[in-house]
Amino acid sequence: MAIDSDVLVVGGGLAAITSAVAAAREGADVRLVAHKSSTLRQASGLIDALGYVPATEPAKPLREGPPTAGRKLDRDEWPDPEGPLADPFEAIDRLPETHPYRVLGADALREGLELFDDLAGDAYRGGHTDRNALLPTYGGSVKPTARYPAAAEAGLASDDRPTLIIGFRSITEYDARAFAGRLEAAGVPFDVAGAEVEFAEAFRADTKVTRFAKALDHDEAIDGVPAREALAKAVGPHLHDVVDEAGGVDRVERVGFPALLGDDRGDEVRAELSDRLGADVFEIPMGPPSLPGLRLEDRLYDALDAEGVRFETGNPVVGIETAANGSVETVAVDRKGRETPYGADAFVLATGGLVGKGLDSDRDGVRERAFGLRVEQPADRYEWFVDDAFGDQPYARFGVRIDGDGRVLDADGVPEYDNVFAAGGVVGGADAAREKSASGVSLATGIVAGRQAATEATQ
Amino acid sequence: MDQQVDVVVVGGGSTGCGVVRDLARRGLDAVLVEKGNLTHGTTGRMHGLLHSGGRYAVSDQKSARECIEENRVLRDIAGHCVEETGGLFVKRPEDSEEYFQEKLEGCRACDIPVEVIDGEEARRREPYLARDVEKAIALPDGAVDPFRLCVANAADAREHGARIETHAPVTDVLVEGGEVVGVEVEHETGPGERVHREPGTTEEIRARHVVNATGAWAGNLGEMAGVDVEVRPSKGVMTVMNTRQVDTVINRCRPKGDADIIVPHETACILGTTDEEVDDPEDYPEEEWEVDLMIETLSELVPALKDARTLRSFWGVRPLYEPPGTGTEDPTDITRDYFLLDHGDRDDLPGMTTIVGGKLTTYRMMAESISDHVCDALGHDATCDTADAPLPGSESEARMAELMDEFGLRSPVARRSGQRLGSRADDVLDDCDPNPVICQCEGVTRAEVRDAIGEAGSDLNAVRLRTRASMGNCQGGFCTHRIAAELAQEYPEPVVRDAEDELYQERWKGQRHALWGRQLSQAMLNHLLHATTMNRDGDPANLDSEVDFGAFDAGADSEPAGPNEGGNAGTATADGGTDGDR
Repeated sequence: MAIDSDVLVVGGGLAAITSAVAAAREGADVRLVAHKSSTLRQASGLIDALGYVPATEPAKPLREGPPTAGRKLDRDEWPDPEGPLADPFEAIDRLPETHPYRVLGADALREGLELFDDLAGDAYRGGHTDRNALLPTYGGSVKPTARYPAAAEAGLASDDRPTLIIGFRSITEYDARAFAGRLEAAGVPFDVAGAEVEFAEAFRADTKVTRFAKALDHDEAIDGVPAREALAKAVGPHLHDVVDEAGGVDRVERVGFPALLGDDRGDEVRAELSDRLGADVFEIPMGPPSLPGLRLEDRLYDALDAEGVRFETGNPVVGIETAANGSVETVAVDRKGRETPYGADAFVLATGGLVGKGLDSDRDGVRERAFGLRVEQPADRYEWFVDDAFGDQPYARFGVRIDGDGRVLDADGVPEYDNVFAAGGVVGGADAAREKSASGVSLATGIVAGRQAATEATQ
Repeated sequence: MDQQVDVVVVGGGSTGCGVVRDLARRGLDAVLVEKGNLTHGTTGRMHGLLHSGGRYAVSDQKSARECIEENRVLRDIAGHCVEETGGLFVKRPEDSEEYFQEKLEGCRACDIPVEVIDGEEARRREPYLARDVEKAIALPDGAVDPFRLCVANAADAREHGARIETHAPVTDVLVEGGEVVGVEVEHETGPGERVHREPGTTEEIRARHVVNATGAWAGNLGEMAGVDVEVRPSKGVMTVMNTRQVDTVINRCRPKGDADIIVPHETACILGTTDEEVDDPEDYPEEEWEVDLMIETLSELVPALKDARTLRSFWGVRPLYEPPGTGTEDPTDITRDYFLLDHGDRDDLPGMTTIVGGKLTTYRMMAESISDHVCDALGHDATCDTADAPLPGSESEARMAELMDEFGLRSPVARRSGQRLGSRADDVLDDCDPNPVICQCEGVTRAEVRDAIGEAGSDLNAVRLRTRASMGNCQGGFCTHRIAAELAQEYPEPVVRDAEDELYQERWKGQRHALWGRQLSQAMLNHLLHATTMNRDGDPANLDSEVDFGAFDAGADSEPAGPNEGGNAGTATADGGTDGDR
């Protein structure tokens, strides 16, 4: 017996949740099935919309024909992107025509961000303006983003207050002094210093960030001193490390930490540290496992629950059954080796891209894994890449193509099925990494796919 | 800073490093100059086979005998660079029985210890071998880490008074009165270790003798001196797998052919190779078919390779040479023997000797023979002890075992550090607290990275070669920035940034040849981490134009009240983008 719903969303990340909520709000009965935990925990927790229009002219290859390792590359030979962009919306027209933002229109992004604001509530900031914010990244750069966790707010790079960046000697992701130097090289409008402190040494080497967060959540004693106090004490001596342009000493007004300041009680941890230090405290989003990403994931799943969406994780979709009229009738969900049909009137495919494993590949080609949909790609895998690691990589744009309603297209540009929509990383055409558009693409495609799927299902 | 020395050795591969070590130990004042990192040319681009001689036992018995002899020497003097994996020559049903017998007899004739085992026994030793492998010859092939080996040779040379200069390409060979009297080198970032952004300098090094140990590049150096050295560079691909499908060197037992060897190496297996003559050792095509051939052909021996993850592929160029007039057409038929060309005898240009051909396994023997020659030429009387004197890191087997115990009981990471560092382990590891892991894939700790930075400056590729950091599954995605962060102890920020970019791009080059399946997913994850999360590609620090910070969101509290601000984003704005209204 099939498990039925109006709309079945396949996938568990930002796009899947967005489309599930969007469909539910249209009145559809929605079910979500996800194979694995989402890639949100690998993401920084920043909600990017569009930060750059990357250069798309072909970069000069190292040699004509097959690649060579022989010659050195000169990064100056590759063109700079346009950006960072203060306004993510006005640049959309300058993206390639096949970009999901071009296909769906700027309003899709705008409405997706609005839905996000609603779901994230007071945990996120940035919704007061259309403009991008610039936030420090743990690579020591600043990046344009549309929404940011409240925990990161005090770190805004357009804020001119003197800033201290804290690093921990046993956490190897960045060196705080190099971080500060790199911010200066970016021309930030504030004085900044970096300091490596010895807080984390109380834990054994290679302790995970989640462990630090827990110690701060519970204010565990470290060598007899409560963790928050111990951390403030370690930072205290550096509050005057910043030197201004005139050579004078600035007392810092804000202090940035790697994103490990508590999990469940982050607000409390930041408030206490801020109080003890006499300076605002902010988190610098980090790589995986990312606490801001995990916190966002928790929040979104709570929202999903609140919207009445039923969801289950752990089981992949392994195939589809089509009806006589050519639409998809059921998908087969592999539940511990037994294939169970899940029926719906409309389906949203939001299984992710190459990282989320919505796309699969071998030496012969790239495939969409769950529905077997068409993925546009050069036939020869040596045309999937360019020589500059940060160049216009064709593989970065892999994915299915959609129309203005989010329906997945076949090779002739017509919908493959009337009732199959796609959202998020599985949709191709964007170079989300270089554009800083990953979350925005998920939100824009998610809201369109969810709404249209609900319309399709309830008509 | 011009200098007069006894000998300049040009080329920091295994031969050059071996020669400078040998000369220094014989009491000569020697300098080694290398245009890139140590092992930059061919040595760093090989599969790491420590030959038993089996591969040459039919076609070239002189080479085979030298191999087994030196194989034994290296196990002795370079224990920390060698893994005694053993090797198999396996026979599939379609491979010739006659050749199998020839191989067996050849090995015996060359004193290579062999054992014939049946297919079942072969699969007991290597469970992933194909079901239809009929039988195999077991012999003492091994794996050698060419980076560690060269570094150890160079370190020993330095301990004996030699000077080692990397990133110092020779720009001219000095010829005066019909004699070679030295070289001119360009220190790309000044003499000593390489540091990004330091200005270059030029130096004349005058020497009583110049040794051309530049391998595939020997013709280029010869040209600077006005002599012809007709090296025939021949490229070969090596494909790196993500794990050790086999723990023994697996050779295909057939006369000759591409894609006939799998070498287990550290955490990986390396598949090899092809053999194609190229015009320029620096610029030759790296072709898709070569990678496909490795996977297709070698999965006949180990079927699991067919769908296994490859991390990258790289190519090396063999410095093949044959005396003028030999006229061999197929590069696979050119001898693997080495040749010593005395340009005094050969070209009437005394003061310079070139060594070409040969192979890594016999590097020490080649070094001994050229050092004998140089000593003769200089009238210097000293004996060679390189076959007996252990290399730094391999001084004491007992000490190694002790270290393994000391560091090995608690942590597999420390055990791997111990293996890489050999007898230097306690010096390096004791010096760093806390000592977190920098490279998770290869288990490389801060202590090792810092130790390598101490030797290599800000050149993170040299750090990589010394430590293996960034050589695992993620190919630097999760550790390039961490390795670079360790530079910040000694170097200013722009150096850290340049060094990081250079390593990241270098790691990318090899991954281009492995972009499918899980490695393509890995590449995308790396791309997202470095471009999305860190924004390294769009970092204003690297862009030409300046950023108008005032045009961006400075927080809800600092927003001026305005029609387009504060609240519902449904109203369109175009004001924030370009003019920066505040």
